[in-house]
Amino acid sequence: MKELTCIVCPRGCALRVDEVTFQVTGNSCSRGVEYGAREVRDPQRTLTTTVILEEAVRKRLPVKTDRTIQKSMMAACAAATNGIVATAPIKVGDIIIENLLGTGANLIAGCDMPKRKS
Amino acid sequence: MNKNHVELAVIGAGPAGMAAALAAWESGIRDIVILERGSVPGGILPQCIHNGFGLHRFKEELTGPEYAGRDLELLKKTGVEILCNTMVLSISPDRCIDAVGKETGYLSFTADSIILAMGCRERTAGAILLEGSRPSGIFSAGTAQRYINIEGYMVGKKAVILGSGDIGLIMARRMTLEGAKVEAVVELMPYSNGLTRNVVQCLEDYNIPLYLSHTVTKVHGDTRISGVSITKVDENRIPIAGSEFDIDCDTLLLSVGLIPENELSKTAGVELDPRTNGAVVDENMQTEAEGIFACGNVLHVHDLVDFVSAEGERAGKSAAEYLKNGTAKKDSYILVKNGFGVGYTVPQRISTNCKTPVTVFFRVNRVYKKSEIFISNEKGEMMSFKRERMAPGEMEKIVISPDKLKSGNVIIIGARAITQ
Repeated sequence: MKELTCIVCPRGCALRVDEVTFQVTGNSCSRGVEYGAREVRDPQRTLTTTVILEEAVRKRLPVKTDRTIQKSMMAACAAATNGIVATAPIKVGDIIIENLLGTGANLIAGCDMPKRKS
Repeated sequence: MNKNHVELAVIGAGPAGMAAALAAWESGIRDIVILERGSVPGGILPQCIHNGFGLHRFKEELTGPEYAGRDLELLKKTGVEILCNTMVLSISPDRCIDAVGKETGYLSFTADSIILAMGCRERTAGAILLEGSRPSGIFSAGTAQRYINIEGYMVGKKAVILGSGDIGLIMARRMTLEGAKVEAVVELMPYSNGLTRNVVQCLEDYNIPLYLSHTVTKVHGDTRISGVSITKVDENRIPIAGSEFDIDCDTLLLSVGLIPENELSKTAGVELDPRTNGAVVDENMQTEAEGIFACGNVLHVHDLVDFVSAEGERAGKSAAEYLKNGTAKKDSYILVKNGFGVGYTVPQRISTNCKTPVTVFFRVNRVYKKSEIFISNEKGEMMSFKRERMAPGEMEKIVISPDKLKSGNVIIIGARAITQ
């Protein structure tokens, strides 16, 4: 039995996951079952960070992966976003990096960034 | 804006103010202005680039900028005017607003109704009497978050974080992902003040040690901070002699609490509650001052933006109701009080003629495992609700039906452990 805190929502249910059958108890919703079973086999996280932004009022663009990536890839993926430059205008959801380090996740813009009026 | 009167003025374009303005618009009010001192709307959300927002309100997991973007999209479809770079200087009890704006210059106008949504600010090194020298490299966690996520400056390479509230935990992960080494998160209390899921995904994921019942007792360094002394504390939070150890660092982040920013509420003559440091409100979010409402972190510090927005909506609807019908002033009220184990309640009072169920928010003042929330009036206990776990870092809520308000002048909310 592995004891986990569910991180799907702020409620933070205390889960118990059977490491053989992957059966989950202690959850309050179905997402807890999905999270618990996955967390013991192949833990996944969403990466959120920033990239350099040019030709906008702000200097940084918030970005995130459009799906979860393997937890073990977080540091490498965060490092891979260093030095990446995005140029305004940008719309929320625009792809900044496709298939980030082969994870299958795209790095996408987190907000609109209009072009700076010169 | 070039007039001397509006129907509704909202102070602050963070999540509370945006939700309040939207709700008032949807309730039929057509003359609304939001005054925002920052250069863009969104309040603190644009710098909160992590995800976890919006699960209640938008039914999906969003980052802070995405959440603010959703509200802005909704506002664009309305005629609500947002004035950025505009600082409100004072509000008088008869609802005259004085402000200065970058584009507008000096503004002075009256409002039929005002919604206070100014948010909160961080406690500082001075507020916690941090001992030792005052070198550079000491930041409040939110300031460091702004430097890194908005301005693009890294604040340091080797950090210690004092305080395990959510901002401290989020910044531990953020600093790590940006290549810094976070040596420790130090917490005075025997439990974290943040959400458990943040302890898991921000500290445990990155093997960052959390020292509970410890505090920073000395800052070392001359021009730049070079390290801190950390000491274990006893159950009365007094440092234990001989338990001190040093950690080298070039950065100290402070996540040591938030203070609702109520300077304007004071000029407006709004009564404040010393337990929340926010206004005293009724179930409609209306303050003691007629026509002035409050919502979000200026009223009481929340854990989740979704609840801030929900409170903003309540304030917006109530302000619209007030503008349409007026409110019978000097209603009689039932007082809501915090009983054993509970730190505060919001609202602090409920009108006796209230006909809808009232949601009361509160925080317990220590960690409880299997426990009960119990509601009583002067005649005795009326009902109780079971909880698996309660902690000061996680706001609780209960719903009181109007029939429970019929017999009595006071409602007391308490907490107790269930012993097996």
